[in-house]
Amino acid sequence: MEGELAHIGAGLAAIGSGAAAIGVGTVAGNFLSGALRNPSAAAGQTATLFIGIAFAEALGIFSFLVALLLMFAV
Amino acid sequence: MATEAQGEEGGLVFHPMDQFIVKPLFGDGPVGLFTITNVTLWMALTVIAVVLLMVLGTSKRSTIPGRMQSVGELAYGFIYKMVEDVAGKDAVGFFPYIMTLFMFIVFANFLGLIPMSFTTTSHFAVTVVLALLVFLTVTIVGFVKNGAGFLGLFWVSSAPLALRPILAVIEIISYFVRPVSHSIRLAGNLMAGHAVIKVFAGFAAIAVVSPVSVLAITAMYGLEVLVSFIQAYVFTILTCVYLKDALHPSH
Amino acid sequence: MATETTAGTASTSTCVVDGSAVGMPQLCFDWWPNQIFWLIVTLVVIFFFLSRIALPRIAAVLAERQGTITNDLAAAEDLKAKAVEAEEAYNKALADARAQAQDIINQTKAEIKAELDDATAKADAEIAAKAAEGEKKIAEIRANAMESVKDVAKDTAKELVSVMGGKADAKSITAAINARMKG
Repeated sequence: MEGELAHIGAGLAAIGSGAAAIGVGTVAGNFLSGALRNPSAAAGQTATLFIGIAFAEALGIFSFLVALLLMFAV
Repeated sequence: MATEAQGEEGGLVFHPMDQFIVKPLFGDGPVGLFTITNVTLWMALTVIAVVLLMVLGTSKRSTIPGRMQSVGELAYGFIYKMVEDVAGKDAVGFFPYIMTLFMFIVFANFLGLIPMSFTTTSHFAVTVVLALLVFLTVTIVGFVKNGAGFLGLFWVSSAPLALRPILAVIEIISYFVRPVSHSIRLAGNLMAGHAVIKVFAGFAAIAVVSPVSVLAITAMYGLEVLVSFIQAYVFTILTCVYLKDALHPSH
Repeated sequence: MATETTAGTASTSTCVVDGSAVGMPQLCFDWWPNQIFWLIVTLVVIFFFLSRIALPRIAAVLAERQGTITNDLAAAEDLKAKAVEAEEAYNKALADARAQAQDIINQTKAEIKAELDDATAKADAEIAAKAAEGEKKIAEIRANAMESVKDVAKDTAKELVSVMGGKADAKSITAAINARMKG
C-alpha cells in the first residue's frame, strides 16, 4: 500500500516537470519577442537567457528528483 | 521495489538506475576510499581528454592554429570572456579555477554520453563537492575581500527600511540554497536524461514499439548532447555570478 | 535506503542486490568517500595541467598572435603609406613631364615662328629687290622705247615733210617732236 502511494506521489511530482516546461517556455518566448524588437541588444543577453532557463529548469529537476526519490528511495 | 515488480512480469525489465552503480574495476570487494572503481576510470578518461585537448592540442604553439588548437583556444576564450564579462575584470585571477570546473564538467558530461559509460557528474557526491567548493570559495573570498561588508549582500539598501529584515532572511536562505540548487541542477539534469534514455531502451524490447523507442532514444540523445554542454555552461556562469557577488557585494 | 542483507550475493555494497541497484545509487553513501576522493584527485590534476601548462601556453599563443596581427597591420599600413607616396610621386612626375612637354612644344613653336618670320622677311626683301629691279628694267625699256619712238617720229616726220615737199631742218623737227612728246 505504501509503495503504491509513493508511486502516486511520484506521478504527482512529475506534474512539476510540466510547470517547469511552462517556465522555460515563458523565459525563451519573452527573450525571443524582446530580441525581435531589438536584435542588436539580444547578443549580449544570451547569458542572462541561459541563466533564466537554468533557474526555471532547476525547479522542474527538483520535482523530477522528488519523483525519483519516491520511486526508488522510499 | 519497482524494478523487481516489473522483473517478475517477464520480458519488460527496467533498470534505469543501474547505470549509476559504482563498481570496483578489479574484483568484487567493497568500495573503500582508495578502491579503483569505474568512477576512477571515467575520471581518468576525463583528465586524459582535457590533457589531450588543452595540453597536447596546443603543443605546437602555432600562430595559425590547427583543429585541436582552435578548439582549445575557443574554450579558453569562451571561459575567459565569461569570467571577465560576468564576474568582472578583477576576477581574472580565478580564471584557472573556473576553467578547471568547466573543462571537468563538460568532458565528464560528454564522456558520459558514450554508451555503456559511467557518468561521474550524475552523482550527487561529485556535484555536491563541486558546488561546495564554489560556495566555500565565494564565501571565503567575499569575507576576505570585503570583511564584514560582505554581509551587505543580505541587506538590500535599495528596499524600504521596513522590508529589509524580511528581505535579509530571504536573501540568506537563497544564499544557502545556492549550493543545493547548483549541485542538484547538474546531477539531476544528467541523471534524468540518462534514466529516460534507459527507460526508452527498456521499451525497445517490445517489437511493436521498438522503432518508436529507437527514434525516441535518438531524439533524447540529441537533447542530452545539448544539455551536457548547457549544464556545464550554466554551472560555470553561475559560478561567475556568485563570484561577482563575492567581489562586489553592493546590491 | 537499502537495508536489506546482501547475504548470498556477490555484492559490493548494501546498495546493490543481484547486480541491480536498490534505491537511487546517487544516495548510496557507501560510495561517497570513494567518489569524493577520486574527484578531488581529478580536479587537482586538471587544475595542475591547466594552470601550469595549458593556460599560460594558450595565453602566450594568443598574445603572440595578437602581436603578429598588430605587426602585420602596421606593416600593411606602412606599405599603404608607401603606395600612396609612390602614387603621389608618379603623379608629380607625370605632371612634370606634361609641363616639360608643354615647354618644349612652346619653345619649338616659338623657334619655328621666328624662323618662319625670318624667312618671310627675307623673302619679302628679295621680292621687293626683284620688284625694284624689274621696275628699273621696265623704266629703262620704256626710256629706250621713248628714244626709239622719238627717232622713229623724227624720221617719219622728216620723211613726211620731205614728201610734202617741204624742206625741214632737223632742228625744228626735233623741237616739234619733243614738244609733242611732252604734251
